Amino acid sequence: MSNFFDKSDLNRNEAETIVSDTLKKCDDGELYLENSKSESILLDDNKIKKSSYNSDLGFGFRAVSGEIVAYSHSNEISKNSLKQSSENLKSTLKSAKGNYDYSIPKSNKKYYTNINPIEEKTLNSKIEILNKVNEYLRKKDNNVKQVTANFSGEQKSVEIIRSGGETLTDVRPLVRFNVSVMLEKNGRKESGVYGIGGRQSYDDYLTNDNWKNVCDEAFRIASVNLDSKPAPAGEMKVVLGPGWPAILIHEAIGHGLEGDFNRKKTSAFHNLMGQKVASEGVTIIDDGTLDNRRGSLTIDDEGTPTEKTVLIENGILKNFMQDRLNARLMKTRSTGSGRRENYRHIVLPRMRNTMMLSGKQTQDEMIKSVDRGIFAVSFGGGQVDITSGKFVFNCTEAYEIINGKIGSPIKGATLIGDGPSILKEVSMVGNDMMLDPGIGTCGKAGQGVPVGVAQPSILINKMTVGGTNL
Amino acid sequence: MVKDQEYLEKKASYCLDLAKKLGATDISVNVGNSISETVNFRNKKLDESNRSDNLGIDITTFIGKKKSSISSSNLQEDNLNILIEKCIETTKNTPEDEFNSLPDKDLLAQEVKDFNLYDDTHLENDSKAEYLTRLEAAASRDKKIVNTESSFVENKSNFILANSDGFCKGFKSSSFVASSVAVAKDDKSMERDYEYTHKCHLNDIKNAEELGKKAAEYTLRKLSPKKIGSEKISIIFDKRIAKGILSTFASAISASAISRGTSFLKDKINQKIFSDSVNIFDKPDIFKGQGSRSFDSEGVKTDTLKLVEQGVLKNYLIDTYNGRKLNLKSNGRCGGTSNLYFENGKISYKDLINSNPKCLYITETIGHGSNIVTGDYSVGATGFLIENGEFKHPINEITIAGNFKDMFQNLTLANDLEFEYSTNSPTMMIEGMVVAGK
Repeated sequence: MSNFFDKSDLNRNEAETIVSDTLKKCDDGELYLENSKSESILLDDNKIKKSSYNSDLGFGFRAVSGEIVAYSHSNEISKNSLKQSSENLKSTLKSAKGNYDYSIPKSNKKYYTNINPIEEKTLNSKIEILNKVNEYLRKKDNNVKQVTANFSGEQKSVEIIRSGGETLTDVRPLVRFNVSVMLEKNGRKESGVYGIGGRQSYDDYLTNDNWKNVCDEAFRIASVNLDSKPAPAGEMKVVLGPGWPAILIHEAIGHGLEGDFNRKKTSAFHNLMGQKVASEGVTIIDDGTLDNRRGSLTIDDEGTPTEKTVLIENGILKNFMQDRLNARLMKTRSTGSGRRENYRHIVLPRMRNTMMLSGKQTQDEMIKSVDRGIFAVSFGGGQVDITSGKFVFNCTEAYEIINGKIGSPIKGATLIGDGPSILKEVSMVGNDMMLDPGIGTCGKAGQGVPVGVAQPSILINKMTVGGTNL
Repeated sequence: MVKDQEYLEKKASYCLDLAKKLGATDISVNVGNSISETVNFRNKKLDESNRSDNLGIDITTFIGKKKSSISSSNLQEDNLNILIEKCIETTKNTPEDEFNSLPDKDLLAQEVKDFNLYDDTHLENDSKAEYLTRLEAAASRDKKIVNTESSFVENKSNFILANSDGFCKGFKSSSFVASSVAVAKDDKSMERDYEYTHKCHLNDIKNAEELGKKAAEYTLRKLSPKKIGSEKISIIFDKRIAKGILSTFASAISASAISRGTSFLKDKINQKIFSDSVNIFDKPDIFKGQGSRSFDSEGVKTDTLKLVEQGVLKNYLIDTYNGRKLNLKSNGRCGGTSNLYFENGKISYKDLINSNPKCLYITETIGHGSNIVTGDYSVGATGFLIENGEFKHPINEITIAGNFKDMFQNLTLANDLEFEYSTNSPTMMIEGMVVAGK
């Protein structure tokens, strides 16, 4: 645990006094202190291209009155700096007359341990694995022309000081191991990427030479793409595989269920609470409480313990994801979804691990029911326009389906759909829910935060596939 | 106030000296400070104010051909001591790479030219709020506008780049950015669009009323979109999308993508990759240009580059490391392009719109659908259907797809280039792309 006042001319009591004084006429706010240490070790083009270490220290001071948020952040944890921030906040909220809500729910549960993953494994042993990855893949096949592999690890210590001196702390480890491979055959190049990670030490993910499985999967995706033909263009049926393809849920539905967009009525879902927004059998939750998962948090960045939030239950819209500000303005409670990338950013309601739960059908039944369509197994990134509800995502592994059978692989194509209506087009929900391997980062308002997704196989009746083959 | 040159130089030389003492043979340090103040409005009322004070230092140490780096936002000496020690330790344990080195001394910039990138004016938050009040009044005049969000950001930054070969230079810059996002609603649809202005000098930013009016106008015209069928068609890219295609081209000619073999433009130097009339420049010495600079992020002097001449690829964007791998000298593009633009085409915007009986005009794309390894392009898009030069109706929920190799060959530019941002393009038409819709 970091002691933020160790080397500062500011002591904890003085900081608490400044916080209480600044926030006395406000509805909410806090001093958020953060100390993060991160590393990145990258092998690329047969060499260790990068070994870097970052240490980041700073505070963000927030005051909220009504709908107005005043924020100030700095890298210097000092009396002067905090006082200057306090003056900034006060000058924005000159006429603040809020009523500070002291209640923050308490919980003793923790969903990960206090380890520093960077120190848990020596630099040399990380470099050794990266070199093995490179050698293994290049030996595996003559078509391997490029290998990139990297370790990235982080330990983030946060402390939240609220008015009245209440203090909440959390130490969050996070690691990721990633392999990308490019193959070239007959002048054609294709790449494949795979990764694993979460809130444990690297070795928890790398036991039994598990790095080989990561290599094999990246290689398999690239090989499939080498034989791919142009994707079809137009509306058709789409079967999504289990696990990572749930970023469809994340983009199409998840963002539209974040509290801020609904309070501001800019989400296509804002007036649909309690209504049917998905086919029967579709249940979607956002869960911050899964042990060691990338999207899990013991407390959110406002200090609220996270929870398992039911968003859609059997097709009916049940809850939005809330931080304290949007919850207060919408007269509900925070769901522990207030997150920020780091101390430089304000809190926003965000997703954690977003999951569609299993149904009863099998993937086989879905494929068999499709005359003409595609089977999408893996995706790159996605994006959504909250207001119009349109969302896209890019296939990185997909196949055509013809007359109930899986056919040739098809080239990376963008799929586009309409968020509010897509879940009504889900006609089968599989019995094979799977979590993603721990690789997701969600971007919103310029802030990236680690997230997880999960889903079973699903059949969507109608989506537009953005290929080139008419 | 943003930290001055003297403070930053002192920090940089402290790090250079310590790293040298601890055994580094070469060192590079970048230390910077930026302060920005933001005011956000929503529905004509103050929504958020944000003051951000960012300090940062990046240190790269070399021991012979071994290299490692650290970065931190904590510039206290005791922290720097720990980090530099750690950096040296890591350097020793990192394998050698024959291409690692500081840039050639004779390529380093000798002077910092004044491109007038810094405006000392400080606009109080109350004045920013006053600008946004006028902006939002103009943006929300139409009853169909149901939500407006606007923001004003003032930023001042300063940095010093120093290395153990005696380079020690930096400069101040400023920016003033105002933006407005409007949401409009009718009984069939809800749509969003935006407009923004970004300048180094306060006096050059767009008028508040004009900005708000534009954001509203762009949004209103998108209401009640239709989906169209799948077909092969000519596509006109609005300037704001066209400049993104230019940026994708730039990433495909970066020396790193070329040396790693992961670009569809590898080995295309001196070959015709665009249609005949296309010329692309990267010009670092534009007065008040947002990408203007005298040197790149390694200190290498940056001159104007003609990247594409009459459709032929003439230069890659080269940094020291990848240049050595390719046996080419750095051309001062570590960190990317400066002011990148397509030269004007020969045809007017009006003639471009009229050049096909039916085409699509794209104003926004979503998704990360540009693959620079294969050149494949497939993104979600919104825009308008144009028939006989007339905007017929808005379109939505379609994708557009092609391969850059073909798209570049079928590209026509209008003559309406403006230097608004650091990457700029005239309106662009690409023939023969595939639209997927119904």
